[in-house]
Amino acid sequence: MRYLPLTEADRRAMLAEIGVASVAELYADAPATTLLPGPIPGLPGHQGELEVERALSALAARNMPAGSGPCFLGGGAYRHHVPATVDHLIQRGEFLTSYTPYQPEISQGTLQSLFEFQTQVALITGLDVANASMYDGATACAEAVMMANRVTRRHRAVLAGNLHPHYRDTTATLARFTGFEVVAGAPDPRGRESLVDSIDDATSCVVVQNPDVFGHIHDFTPLAAACRAKGALLVVVVTEVMSLGLLTPPGAMGADIVAGEGQSLGNPLSFGGPHLGLFAARDKYVRQMPGRLVGQTSDADGRRGWVLTLSTREQHIRREKATSNICTNAGLCALAFTIHLSLLGEAGFTGLARLNHAKAVQLAGKLGDIDGVRVLNDSFFNEFTVRLPRRASKLVNKLAKRGILGGVPAVRLFPEADGMSDLLLLACTECTTEADMDALCRALAELL
Amino acid sequence: MSLIKFTKDHEWIKVEGDVGTVGITNHAQHALGDIVFVELPEIGREVVQGSDTAVVESVKAASEVYAPVDGEVIAINGGLTEEPAQVNIDPQGNGWFFKLRLTNPTQLEALMDSDGYQSYLEGLA
Amino acid sequence: MTTISGHRGLEMDEPLIFELDAPGQSGVDLPALPTTHTRLGRVAARGPIGLPGLTEPEVVRHYTRLSQKNYAIDAGFYPLGSCTMKHNPRLGEKLARLPGFSDLHPLQPLSTVQGALALVDALAGWLKALTGMAAVAMTPAAGAHGEMCGMMAIRAAHDHRGGPRRPRVLVPESAHGTNPATAAALGFAVETIPATADGRVDVDALKAKLGFDVAALMLTNPNTCGLFERDILAIAQAVHDAGAFLYCDGANFNAIVGRVRPADLGVDAMHINLHKTFSTPHGGGGPGSGPVVFSQALAPFVPLPRIIHGDDGLRLAETQDEDDGTTLAYGRMKAFHGQVGMFVRALAYTLSHGADGLHQASGDAVLSANYLLARLKGVFNAPFAGPCMHEALFDDRGLKGTGVTTLDIAKALIDEGFHPMTVYFPLVVHGAMLIEPTESETKATLDQFITTMTGLADRAKAGDTAWFQAAPRLTPRRRLDETAAARKPVLRWKSES
Repeated sequence: MRYLPLTEADRRAMLAEIGVASVAELYADAPATTLLPGPIPGLPGHQGELEVERALSALAARNMPAGSGPCFLGGGAYRHHVPATVDHLIQRGEFLTSYTPYQPEISQGTLQSLFEFQTQVALITGLDVANASMYDGATACAEAVMMANRVTRRHRAVLAGNLHPHYRDTTATLARFTGFEVVAGAPDPRGRESLVDSIDDATSCVVVQNPDVFGHIHDFTPLAAACRAKGALLVVVVTEVMSLGLLTPPGAMGADIVAGEGQSLGNPLSFGGPHLGLFAARDKYVRQMPGRLVGQTSDADGRRGWVLTLSTREQHIRREKATSNICTNAGLCALAFTIHLSLLGEAGFTGLARLNHAKAVQLAGKLGDIDGVRVLNDSFFNEFTVRLPRRASKLVNKLAKRGILGGVPAVRLFPEADGMSDLLLLACTECTTEADMDALCRALAELL
Repeated sequence: MSLIKFTKDHEWIKVEGDVGTVGITNHAQHALGDIVFVELPEIGREVVQGSDTAVVESVKAASEVYAPVDGEVIAINGGLTEEPAQVNIDPQGNGWFFKLRLTNPTQLEALMDSDGYQSYLEGLA
Repeated sequence: MTTISGHRGLEMDEPLIFELDAPGQSGVDLPALPTTHTRLGRVAARGPIGLPGLTEPEVVRHYTRLSQKNYAIDAGFYPLGSCTMKHNPRLGEKLARLPGFSDLHPLQPLSTVQGALALVDALAGWLKALTGMAAVAMTPAAGAHGEMCGMMAIRAAHDHRGGPRRPRVLVPESAHGTNPATAAALGFAVETIPATADGRVDVDALKAKLGFDVAALMLTNPNTCGLFERDILAIAQAVHDAGAFLYCDGANFNAIVGRVRPADLGVDAMHINLHKTFSTPHGGGGPGSGPVVFSQALAPFVPLPRIIHGDDGLRLAETQDEDDGTTLAYGRMKAFHGQVGMFVRALAYTLSHGADGLHQASGDAVLSANYLLARLKGVFNAPFAGPCMHEALFDDRGLKGTGVTTLDIAKALIDEGFHPMTVYFPLVVHGAMLIEPTESETKATLDQFITTMTGLADRAKAGDTAWFQAAPRLTPRRRLDETAAARKPVLRWKSES
């Protein structure tokens, strides 16, 4: 077995040193009735790399990669171009095969890159501090609500109807089991929901999304003021981190916490995971934050270095009083994010965001020219919603047969809501070509 | 005249009139190591004996500070927020945490005096 | 030794990326913008962000230099107890990058992702077979997230049954911190069960605490002292007699995989850290993946989405309405369908080993740990007699009077070229040193480690305290001031202007 270096002679020598006759004797504490004498019957035996590669490649071949044709899918996961450098660097064994940096003297690489990550996330969200990542945007959102509950000592969260429904559901699951209340608005494809009136003295936080799930862009400055007046926190969710290269950041609008999805930078779609949760907040709440934090300090020789810090918030010390039970986060995905954003830099990130927006504006213009198709958005970043003269999900299946991934039907996200069946969400990125757009428009003109 | 009493959780309370000043003992600060953060209660909070009233943190440990007796928090040592090291330097002086207006002073009788606490510590060793 | 440049041979002193800024530079060339108007509504375009500009070679060099400041399993022995730093096969990396896996959007039409659903289903099948359990929830993103999922299922099951309120959860004192944190987050009152002198759960103490107000016992088996809970069947019986569930923390499943099925031990729910037992890379702290297996009793109480075998292939039930009526699914744990990229790696590892290879791997891991225990128990004090499972536990009794601490031993090991063992965990042992060799090491590596540990113990006993306290000396940074970091937290870079 290519991964197991002990030889039979080694095993015999080690057993002799221990003073037992067989490995089975080492399992003497397991109840005899439960100990299997050999490999579990009915399961296949070991295979070489070639055979495993063949088996998994066969599964991969039964899928249609998003890049195999025009792709207009968004809805919380976006197909961006990731520079080759990113994947090369994150596969360096020193990054890939190290663990959480518990021994800082030999983990400065991970620690410094996470410190850079924290800084980047704080800068782009416009907030003071960010943690070293969460599992994904939806869990970051749920944790943000838990944190707001701790800060305000209130237990009722108001969720915007246009919050991504997976984020809503993830938060609602946690609410159900941890005993706080969630009030979720109804989705509004026109993006005209107002939440100011739903805030009262019992509200711990209001959770909104920008751009929202239908793509509308909001100025949350008045909502932030309304929250402050009632002692509630404003949590802003960002599912397309690329938008922060162009739009006024949530921090500048008065957000107290930003919970975001960072997949768009550095990370492949990977059928929905692993992705990357972003979490940023105002300085004064730092000790209520979940997750790991890297801080700057100096070593015994006075040289600058980095350590995990404020760990008394965490489960391994606070146990039942911890701010969260999270331990592993999304380290390597955070590194990919950091490298990609470092490659882009200020000019690249803002330029790429503008390019994404311009592509979507271009597509919206072309679609608006098709009879029966109506763009619902007045504003959007790289994703918007159209109303079709027929059911979107059937249309999308037909487009897929033509090799076009033609957007996300709103019913896929909101299967329980009324009035969604003819709505389609369409996203563009820098990967979208004008030829892709024309192919989509031609197919739509034929199918509608 | 003032009176100092000790709890089994290593808090001290110094009583003057109906006001008790509370902190952690030298033994407690030594066991925790370098104190990096102190979380203090809000003024006006009513606490009962044994309830979590403050938190004291070192790099690798966090510990609750319990109210030694019932009372209302009437003052907190805000200086600890800026300089938590005071708890290490002067635990039974400048390192105090909060002051309580005692609502049930008879509870003091059951706490240990200085000699009693010393022998309690020896028993722990 | 100081140099003029600040570099030391292969080890380069490297500033923060923000300090390398050449404004206007970029490592990415973008095409010209199409000429369009903007459609941002009333929201203004943002002002400057403050991100640094660097070209590609500068970024490559920066992160390459940073990587060289990390220890890694690729580079050497990493016996970090309870974390299972075993070899990470690169086959998994290659396969996870096939466009048919990496370039799949989670909301594609299901007809275009049948292979991905089959992959999830195949790994689910292996996990059920290896644990003997009835069902598996694939979506949790990490072990602690899986714990949350499993304990939610337990709550949902009790709620569904009706009966007495069960506000209490019992946790042995040696448990991982996540166990009490999870139970407390779900509103349970956590009560600690003491250990016996031989490092196992005190069954009598457990029975005394069990009652009809207990929802579950959260047990780690093998436990965090590296020992198999030999009374596990009696424990499970007592828990079930009280109408409670047995939650098993599966962090140490790698010790028994292919040899003991948790279902046969009476376990009702167990999360599996794919990065431990199934060797998906730890990545400097994630991403993980924490599927949860369930007994028949808990099988209906799973999160969404679920994969269902339908008439025209596999489909995803993302809401209760789309479910097949066999569950009382309780909602979503995260966005989309789980850590699919990690599933590819875990399945590649599983298929590579097969049933025989997994049986051999757990056996080799346990053999290696017992070999270390046998060779080192005369050097450091082993608080519990063997045999151990996949990790060997020592305390600091042998260091008493030397002035050298467990931490000092760990730091001295760093200079010797080893990653230290886990220190000061589990908490039930004073100055704990928890050594997990895994199945990936040669005997020669184990022997070299034993020789080193023996030498360090001799040096400690010889009274060379100052030498230990100054360790490590040969690392990119020496001991770091964690007190200063925590007192005045600096959590991000800020421009000086």
